[in-house]
Amino acid sequence: MAKLSREDVLKLARLARISLSDEEVEKYAEELSAILQYVEQLSAVDVTGLEPTNQVTGLTNVMREDKVIEYGYEPAKLLENVPAVQDSHLKVKRMII
Amino acid sequence: MSGWKPIALIAEDVQAGRVTASELVEQSLAAIKEHAEFKAIIATLEAAAIARAKAIDERIAKGETIGRLAGVPFIAKDNFLVFGAETTAASNILKGFDAPYQSTAVERLEAEGAICVAKANLDAFAHGSSTENSDFYTTLNPHDKARVPGGSSGGSAASVVLQLAPFALGSDTGGSIRLPASFTGCVGYKPTYGLVSRSGVVAMGSSLDCVGPLANSVEDAALVLDVMAGRDAWDSTTIERDKEGYVVAAPTEMQGVKIGIIKEYMGEGLDPGVKARIDAAIEALKNAGAEISEVSLPSLPLGLAVYYVLTPAEVSSNLSRYDGQRYGHHTPDAKDVNESYTQTRMTGFGAEAKRRIMVGTYVLSSGYYDAYYKKAQTVRTKVIREFAEAFEHYDFLLGPTAPMTAFEIGANVDDPLQMYLTDIMTVAANLAGVPAISIPCGLSENLPVGLQLFAAQKHDRELLALAAKAEELIS
Repeated sequence: MAKLSREDVLKLARLARISLSDEEVEKYAEELSAILQYVEQLSAVDVTGLEPTNQVTGLTNVMREDKVIEYGYEPAKLLENVPAVQDSHLKVKRMII
Repeated sequence: MSGWKPIALIAEDVQAGRVTASELVEQSLAAIKEHAEFKAIIATLEAAAIARAKAIDERIAKGETIGRLAGVPFIAKDNFLVFGAETTAASNILKGFDAPYQSTAVERLEAEGAICVAKANLDAFAHGSSTENSDFYTTLNPHDKARVPGGSSGGSAASVVLQLAPFALGSDTGGSIRLPASFTGCVGYKPTYGLVSRSGVVAMGSSLDCVGPLANSVEDAALVLDVMAGRDAWDSTTIERDKEGYVVAAPTEMQGVKIGIIKEYMGEGLDPGVKARIDAAIEALKNAGAEISEVSLPSLPLGLAVYYVLTPAEVSSNLSRYDGQRYGHHTPDAKDVNESYTQTRMTGFGAEAKRRIMVGTYVLSSGYYDAYYKKAQTVRTKVIREFAEAFEHYDFLLGPTAPMTAFEIGANVDDPLQMYLTDIMTVAANLAGVPAISIPCGLSENLPVGLQLFAAQKHDRELLALAAKAEELIS
């Protein structure tokens, strides 16, 4: 049975790039364990001979001609939503620590 | 609540000059103001809607033909990208986001003359069954203000029932159109997976997400679907539309129609008041000549566990884009990019988004992938096969939309798993990609009950024509 420890929750949060308060860590350890215990009922299901389903449309390799299509995007309009811009580039914080 | 006419008649009236688009937009905006206490709406597009209506009226004055939805106001769930208001998906992390393009669904509705007047509340990122997970506020059920309207398209459903507009758009990943339709007493339609483009709709679980209408009648829902359906170059998961379209020309006569009652949905856990309404509906369909018998799809009770592995997995991927660098909420004081990500996501995401992201991260992580994610995908195949087998013997399947009527606000907020159980009868249609509809089926203790009807993939036209007849027989 999956029972998540504080460390497990902190690891998941780190992988998902989310900071958590101490209270949240406690709360999620309990809630996530309950959810995982519920879905563990799947482990008992016999799936002999069945393949996993990735999608249900039956479509494969939807192609289009390799040419530029006008989508109506305005670069300036797209940049309006960006929190920090410099010379029409996204400006981000220091990446190498 | 002043009722709206059927959508086709409204459009005819506008085209013939019996009413103007501007008057309809005004009527809709006035209704939104009048019913503000229900908190169905996040934002109105007052200026944009009035301008569009005026342009339509001017074109009509010049003798131009507008389209099948001429001047018809509608409300979009706030996870649809629409010009003229922010698109927030009811999340703090997208607050202030000004869509640089519009969703294909909205573009197609506008091309036929429809006018988006407002954005409706939802559980943030469509994660929920009650709108209580909205980062802003909970929408109240029009039948009882102490109760939830269902979710996640709760604002859209309440809007339709309060007659704020003739129809609303919703999205349905595990029941998010059908459940609120059931809880509020309107029609909610989830099409075959891929029938309506998701381009410009905030992604949740991409292998399950569907776009569909909430409306006053099956006829209205079918018309709206007909306008939106079909392949879209901007969404390569879209499928071809039915050559005959989806408009209900004539409701299906029940004589000889084979309908299977899903056994797994009629047993333990079903509220007796809901069961009584569903049994009465079955009786009405039988009396009209339908051949109805019970059918077992033994894996359906596993559907919820499959759903709550696959959806968080897809959510954790889809929500990775909200990192505060390109749009939405951000944290300017972070000392490096990693801290910028983690703080943006800590302060921008609500509890349910965090919960799902972490469950998804867990089931996709090395060592657990096969046991959870791949296993769930394989049980999904089992569910799909059982639907396919059932449709070899039956034209349609039937059951309740939810095991209960609308619950009280706050009843499930401390128990996420209990909240998830609300979706137990709706998720299977998403897993199998089949179309399903919820239609009003009377009241139990003054609260609406929804009847759910299913058809095989790509049988949307047949399902809508049958549901139109069922609606006639039940009401």
